[in-house]
Amino acid sequence: MRQTMPASDLGWGQLGLTAARLAGLALLALVYLVALPVWFAGSNYILGVLTNASILSFISLGVWVTFAIGRINISQGAFALIGGYTAAILSTRHGVSFWLCLPLAGLVAAAVGTIIGIAILRLRGVYFAMITLSLTEAVRLAFLNGGAFTQGASGIVNIPRPDALEIFGLTIIPAFRGADPLPYYFLAATLLILGLLAVWRLTTSRLGWVFRSMRQNEELAASIGINVAKYRVIAYGFSCFLGGVGGAFFAAFHQNIYPATYSVTDSVNFMLYCFLGGLDFVFGPVVGAFLLVISFELLHDLQQYQALIYGILMISCILWLPNGILSLTFRRGQAPEGEEEAAAPVPDPSGKPRGSPT
Amino acid sequence: MEQIIVNGVVLAANYALIALGLTLIFGILSFLNFAHGQMYMLGGFVVYYVYAIFGMNYFVALLACALTLFVIGVAFETLFFRRVLRITTREENSMLLAVGTALLLENLALTLFGEKQRGVPPVVTGVYQIFGAYLPASRLLVLVLSALLVIGLLLFVQYTKPGRAMRAVAQDKEVTLLMGVNVGRISALGFGIGAALAGLAGGLLVTTSAINSGIGTAISIKAFIMIMIGGAGVVAGAILGGIVLGFTEAIGYALIPGSVTYLLIFVGLIIFLIIRPQGIMGKPWG
Repeated sequence: MRQTMPASDLGWGQLGLTAARLAGLALLALVYLVALPVWFAGSNYILGVLTNASILSFISLGVWVTFAIGRINISQGAFALIGGYTAAILSTRHGVSFWLCLPLAGLVAAAVGTIIGIAILRLRGVYFAMITLSLTEAVRLAFLNGGAFTQGASGIVNIPRPDALEIFGLTIIPAFRGADPLPYYFLAATLLILGLLAVWRLTTSRLGWVFRSMRQNEELAASIGINVAKYRVIAYGFSCFLGGVGGAFFAAFHQNIYPATYSVTDSVNFMLYCFLGGLDFVFGPVVGAFLLVISFELLHDLQQYQALIYGILMISCILWLPNGILSLTFRRGQAPEGEEEAAAPVPDPSGKPRGSPT
Repeated sequence: MEQIIVNGVVLAANYALIALGLTLIFGILSFLNFAHGQMYMLGGFVVYYVYAIFGMNYFVALLACALTLFVIGVAFETLFFRRVLRITTREENSMLLAVGTALLLENLALTLFGEKQRGVPPVVTGVYQIFGAYLPASRLLVLVLSALLVIGLLLFVQYTKPGRAMRAVAQDKEVTLLMGVNVGRISALGFGIGAALAGLAGGLLVTTSAINSGIGTAISIKAFIMIMIGGAGVVAGAILGGIVLGFTEAIGYALIPGSVTYLLIFVGLIIFLIIRPQGIMGKPWG
């Protein structure tokens, strides 16, 4: 019962973007964009891990948005797969530039997500969780049985690296060469920052309030004139867009894609990153993904017990930090209404947060 | 055709057993047991070790398997879920825990048992012929034992005191508590029985198809499909779901390649859920 409602009602922005906080975020961005790549410039392995974590966070941000409307989304792997295949097919067969493939992959994933979403978003709770889980498996099987179009289990390989981005003959981004991981790192970092900005903007906007009102009580939200069906499809479509873009990035990063690239496990992992970081915080999926990905790499030394320790760590985390790791930072001082209210159940503010449209 | 029906009946009986366990846990504790497939897998391994490695009687192995999984289920409920269900306000958290336990069981199995595919020697041999269809005795054994267990569970839930208490908890936890039922103990018992059913299903099917440590997720997905068809938390729905999936699979495998069968099942399921989101027998948002 610890400060769940207050924190969930207050988006990152409402917690106050003070000067100190802004400075902290700027410093974080500086470390992320400058210090880390300079520090690890020599190590392809570490840069690879960081790139991986960045895009996994990016994809998980989408899942976080569907959590914001109160849906447990285990289908993100499916849309990463759709995005990845879109980029792979466009670039290998039609010679489309990577820089065009990236948004196109997102749009295709969003379009598919919107169509499927209209149908399945009527489900809630565990039903939605189960159907999205099945969707991940269904999409994998669809690509597996796609015949010549998707090349079945052998997948699509030799996906070209990102080419140069030129506008009116002016080279904005040079072509990615050889095995240098730095360009990928910067691209991943840029995507993640853009994604975070977009989601942060979303949660602090009117749309964010609409989403939160839907999470608390969909009927009530509908009764005060919110077009619930429209907004939940928007949220899901946006989520799928992020999944698609992330999938396209990984397709170009690994230069291959197979039906097995994203399985149910991956969809579950995207969801876990959000959970572990904290569902009430925009930074939740980022913290969760970086922590899990990096700890997974660190546990490499323990080899055979690695996965087991990972499982135990996760359960302990849920038992003692049920609202995510970030709930730690807001517990003292910052916590809007903290421990006092922990004992009593938080009174439901009739599902209508302040600022929600009437 | 006859062969398809025979295969369908055997699959349906075993699947019903899996779905029953899941729906029992869902009905009583209102969360989805993600580790159900992993419990099935563990049940298979217990039978493999007791029956194939230690060479004991198959029924002793089944008993050991039911007991092991029962203990695991009770332990999960009392150590993990009770606490998390108490301290969290978002229903998603109990699901995260369920996913966590699934990962734990799967990794535990990988560490203890390795990745190899395991099968056991046949318990009974011989093949029966019914209306031109072949029914191996081993499958008949699976069918008979599954059916007995399903009937046994139905009787237990319907006529015994703990069974009645379980149904009461599923209907209304607070009122049941007021009636003097020890809800905590009943929840633990329900989780234990649900887990034991999953384990028994694994212990039965290991005699006809081999298992490995990674089989859990696939079984969980099948269980989810069944309770989505029948309706979550409804005992009759779980059996119906098992019958529908068992026969669909049997027909599909006979006519088209395996992975296409499941693709079609998923597509059909999504269309079905658009028309009837709560399943055939479920109550809306139960």
